[in-house]
Amino acid sequence: MAGLSSLAAAEDTATRRVLVTGLSTYWGGRLAQALESFEHIDAIIGVDSEAPTRELERTEYVKVSNQHSLLERIVRAAEIDTVIDTRLVVNSLMAAPRLAHENNVIGTMNILAACTGSDSPVRKFVFKSSTHYYGAEQDDPAFFTEEMGRPHPPHTGLERDILEAEQAVGEFAQRNPHVTTTILRCANVLGPDVDTAFTRMLRLPMVPMVLGFDPRLQFVHEYDVVHALEHAAFRVAPGVYNVAADGVLALSEVIDLVGKMPLPVLPPWGTGLATGSLRRLGFRIPVEVVNQLRFGRGVDNRLFKATGFDYGYTTRETVIKLSEHLRLAPVMRGTEHEYTYEREVEEFLRWSPNVRREHPGERGGVADDSDPMGI
Amino acid sequence: MRRLVADEQRTSLAGPVVPAERAGEEGSEEQLPERRPAEIMRDLLPAIEHERRLNDWGRSERVEGFMDRTLIEFFYRYWFRTEVEGIDNVPSESGALVVSNHAGALPPDAAMIAKAIREEHPNPRPLYLTVEHFFKGYPGFSMLIPKVGGVAAHPANVHRLLYDERQLVLVFPEGRKGTEKLYRDRYRLRRFGRGGFVEAAMRAEAQIVPTCVVGAEESAPIFGHVDVLRKLTGLIYFPITPTFPWLGPFGMLGYLPAKFKIRFLEPIDTVELGGAEAAEDKALVQTLAQEIRAQIQENLHEMLAMRKSVWLG
Repeated sequence: MAGLSSLAAAEDTATRRVLVTGLSTYWGGRLAQALESFEHIDAIIGVDSEAPTRELERTEYVKVSNQHSLLERIVRAAEIDTVIDTRLVVNSLMAAPRLAHENNVIGTMNILAACTGSDSPVRKFVFKSSTHYYGAEQDDPAFFTEEMGRPHPPHTGLERDILEAEQAVGEFAQRNPHVTTTILRCANVLGPDVDTAFTRMLRLPMVPMVLGFDPRLQFVHEYDVVHALEHAAFRVAPGVYNVAADGVLALSEVIDLVGKMPLPVLPPWGTGLATGSLRRLGFRIPVEVVNQLRFGRGVDNRLFKATGFDYGYTTRETVIKLSEHLRLAPVMRGTEHEYTYEREVEEFLRWSPNVRREHPGERGGVADDSDPMGI
Repeated sequence: MRRLVADEQRTSLAGPVVPAERAGEEGSEEQLPERRPAEIMRDLLPAIEHERRLNDWGRSERVEGFMDRTLIEFFYRYWFRTEVEGIDNVPSESGALVVSNHAGALPPDAAMIAKAIREEHPNPRPLYLTVEHFFKGYPGFSMLIPKVGGVAAHPANVHRLLYDERQLVLVFPEGRKGTEKLYRDRYRLRRFGRGGFVEAAMRAEAQIVPTCVVGAEESAPIFGHVDVLRKLTGLIYFPITPTFPWLGPFGMLGYLPAKFKIRFLEPIDTVELGGAEAAEDKALVQTLAQEIRAQIQENLHEMLAMRKSVWLG
């Protein structure tokens, strides 16, 4: 292992002014919060068409939809050097198909257009993608590596959109060799705060399975995804990387760890119809996950580890963490405080001379010249 | 594996994380992500979690151990009275590809070869069995087969097992053509695919161990196929054997007590033949596949000539 550290991707100290897209999404908010703690980051600008859902200290929110001319003006005006695109919709239940397509394909194209141009200040582009890129099929390999594609064309609109978005980012990377472009394909995420198809399934008293199948599944903890985005921002690691925790678990193993009962109610034939009737009962499984419940999916996560990234949790630990949270949830209900974005309040806190700030330069005002990071 | 303690404190929400031992190291020149040297990529393989009952391939120690102690033990020791030759030809370390002939309606040969290595080898190692993708899509099989060491016959799977994890992998190059052949064609090796197994072994620089199994043909002979029922059940074939379908699905396990003999032949070193670079050489791959096939066929004939009785050996 000694040789590893020297092989890891080089530190990128030039990341100072960051644009985070999809600020109102879970990932945008979490990433902005994380970036705020790095004092050498001078500016964090978040764009989205909706207001932020997490409390932010010094991130500036700009309400803008996917218009590339406006985005480009923001990028240039703020001299953004790093764009982190966390906006991709990876769960078909989160947005209507039309909206998802608009966001994933058209939105990505617009963001990329805003970063293009020889005089563009952008020198790093980080794109959060999903392992839905690989799909889940009968003739899949047990571990997808980054250079593999999916063996068959996608069945669902969402998977098609993800492919198209990644293709657009790939073309951008080819045409702009001076921009370090990193694509992170994240496995299914679990965690106490994030809302994904699998956290919803594991919250149920009994977890539905397809009769006669015990798929292999790989997860990643929400913290590790945020760290991975950070890692990509602070390292020179161009290319495509799978982000998934160590270890591939069988669904039965996952259900056992969470302490739930397996409920093999989905028939092996006509699974689509059955999920339709489940939907009528109020429980919805996204179409892109149905195949995963049958064939599962594992990815090779070593390439990203080779850039010097350490996962905080294995897949097993991720599931255990979630189950601890689920057990605690009934006790903790109502104690977390809800955050609502109020434009006037946020602006007052950031810009009013009457706000006493413990750390000068941290929130708005005149930036302090001292550099605690010593970079 | 070096892994940080799983702890929320690690999140940057609590403070910036700069991996101290790596900060300030000279910048690496390479701009494109490359597969790092093999040893380092091997070190990066997920560590084994001992609390788990399954490994990353879905293999279950519990299910396998149970089968091994009951059904397989019975068949290996008492029903087939398996005899093993040349067990030392199976390497005790590093990846190796065991290549064997294949027969029987529900082929017993894989389980017997795995059991032979477990019982006779000085360093008993798990054997991974490559199976058709079909099994991953068929309810029931899909659950059971990975639990006992079955892995879909995808080149990437074989490569990872041989090269990265340095495991033993069993492959039947005849595939389905071997098991569906009728009793009258017994011990006639079918075509060895397109030599994909040789290519996989060369790419992984793993040894190839040709293996002959005598007895499987007689233990589960197939007299015919019912095409209509094959289509109805969605199986890869629907055979007529002495016990199937007459005794229902478990008729598949109604093996006749033929005497089993397994012979492991001298391993072939693919590194000497050019290793990973030579894997691209289609002619070499084909020739080698042919040679291995001929070698197994020859040894099968020899073993059959020496066999006095199908049942007593």
